[in-house]
Amino acid sequence: MSTAAVSVPRARAKVRHASLRRSRRWALFASYFFLVMFAIFFLIPPYYMIVTSLKTDAEVAHMATNPWIIANGVTLDQFKILLTQTDFLIYFKNTAIVTVCVVIITMVVSVLAAFSLGRMKFWGSGILATGIFLTYLVPDTLLFIPLFQIVKAIGLLNSYWGMVLVYPTLTVPFCTWIMIGYFQSIPKELDEAALIDGAGHLQMLTKIFIPVALPGIIAATIFAFTVSWAAFVYPMTFLYSSDQQVLTVGTVTSLIRADVYKWGMLMAGALVAAAPPLIIYAFLMDYYIAGLTAGATKG
Amino acid sequence: MAEVALRKIVKRYDDVEAVRSIDLDIPDNEFVVLVGPSGCGKSTTLRMIAGLEEITSGEISIGGEVVNDLPPKDRDIAMVFQNYALYPHMTSFENMAFGLKLRKFPKAEIKQRVEHAARILDITELLERRPKALSGGQRQRVAMGRAIVRNPKVFLFDEPLSNLDAKLRVQMRTEIKRVHQKVKTTTVYVTHDQVEAMTLADRVVVMNNGIIEQIGPPQELYHKPRTRFVAGFIGSPAMNFIPCTLESHGGGMRVRVSDTVALPVPASRVAQYQGAVGRQLTFGLRPEHMTEPKQANGSGNGSDSDFTAILDVVEPMGMETMVYFTIDGTEVCGRVEPNAAGEAGASMRLHANMEHMHLIDPATGLVL
Repeated sequence: MSTAAVSVPRARAKVRHASLRRSRRWALFASYFFLVMFAIFFLIPPYYMIVTSLKTDAEVAHMATNPWIIANGVTLDQFKILLTQTDFLIYFKNTAIVTVCVVIITMVVSVLAAFSLGRMKFWGSGILATGIFLTYLVPDTLLFIPLFQIVKAIGLLNSYWGMVLVYPTLTVPFCTWIMIGYFQSIPKELDEAALIDGAGHLQMLTKIFIPVALPGIIAATIFAFTVSWAAFVYPMTFLYSSDQQVLTVGTVTSLIRADVYKWGMLMAGALVAAAPPLIIYAFLMDYYIAGLTAGATKG
Repeated sequence: MAEVALRKIVKRYDDVEAVRSIDLDIPDNEFVVLVGPSGCGKSTTLRMIAGLEEITSGEISIGGEVVNDLPPKDRDIAMVFQNYALYPHMTSFENMAFGLKLRKFPKAEIKQRVEHAARILDITELLERRPKALSGGQRQRVAMGRAIVRNPKVFLFDEPLSNLDAKLRVQMRTEIKRVHQKVKTTTVYVTHDQVEAMTLADRVVVMNNGIIEQIGPPQELYHKPRTRFVAGFIGSPAMNFIPCTLESHGGGMRVRVSDTVALPVPASRVAQYQGAVGRQLTFGLRPEHMTEPKQANGSGNGSDSDFTAILDVVEPMGMETMVYFTIDGTEVCGRVEPNAAGEAGASMRLHANMEHMHLIDPATGLVL
């Protein structure tokens, strides 16, 4: 009797364990399946770009060859020509100058704005914070016409410094919003302790809030970098001479002439242009995720 | 070091009056504990002393200087917060040195002060660790260290032990008392825990509903509460409150708590209660004064103070046993010797030590 009483729960436990193992196996299988599908889907374009950029123009143009493999040998000619015989390096330099300036302006403005809106409660601060986020919701395809008038009026049409002026309209609202969420997640006792320790508001910001909110600041920096590196509509509208052009528009306009597409160089250009954001993401990915999640939960 | 004075302090948030015109004088070196239930205004009062909350009206002075309009950094105070509020990106040393650095102290003096405070708090080996690598108790020590190094006029503690577990709380309580005995700085300490208040304070300030109910040394508050609130708030388990009628009996008085139980008022109190004969009052007696009958307990009228109760609940605590019973529908708690009580449901003879009785006017809440 007692044996039976003991054996029944054991059998039940076994069944439960087996079922748990089976359901876990299915969950893992499904996860791997969809992750592999996802990875393939997103890695096909970069793969195609790499393969095409390493082919000769003749092979790219030859319709009979398999586009997915390099049949006639690897060549770096596309990169060489791109870097030596086109204005690609000028575009790269212009983009780097614009991006660095935009990131600096964005971070200075949005950190200060977020600190005051998130921590220094004053009349209307909540409405202002929401208002700033709402401006982010207006797309650049709507803004570029009025901005054209403004940029023209201040004499910055066809100058990449005009981009330094207009890109922050895209980056500042979102970065401020991320930073407001991040600053609000820091316990209020921390600034009270700093106040009692003798810190003024600027010292509190530089010595306490910026170091503590570093993951959020890095997330915002990456966002600002990506937006200004990849912006297309504004440079397309405001820049028209080659010496002022940036990568996104410059590569396309100089390598596509009427219906002639220089596919090899286009792909090589796209790869080189994608390298800086890729490197930055690779190094700061952990901070980026931590920053976004903290901002999301508290925003 | 300095004395702190609060004069007619009011704090109003829109329509809510959190602190209602309180006056408080804290002499130099004194350890004062503000105690009361949540929302009684004790933390608000502390934060007003710190300068973290503006006062609506009144005057706060520290060391004889009115500080109403001074920012926290110029009040020469140090504060320890409930959640420690340590800077997470700094080591313990840097946390403690931060205030001194901002005040541009020489490096050598900063080092000497931090090391001295670390020795007092026994955290020398933790100075290079970040808060993340410290336990709750260690963090609280570092937070105290941050206050000590400044050598301020006043220490302010805002429920510093509430985040610690029960055992650590007792340890840190002793630690805080030890530190105060060493550094002798005027201290204002806020807690909702009356045991903390009783054990730490030179004087306890009991607050309720934005006002001060009573100020006094712990023993005075315990034995001579002025209001029903203080009588009920101080002491654990809380004082028993039983509706009663005060009646004349022979040459003395009796407190009638039920049809069958009337307890004699000690002769020493008769004159005090003379005007209240015949009135409906509230009889208050602490559980430790509701015990099993003893031969020589010095309670005055001997067996007249004894009565029989049917026990509802019996809680053995080891060194004593708590017994719960009802008198005319009111639950009453008694504290008896470990083996004195029977089982729940049994009857037990109990003795009310009337020397410690209180009579409260139910209309005003004042102890007569």
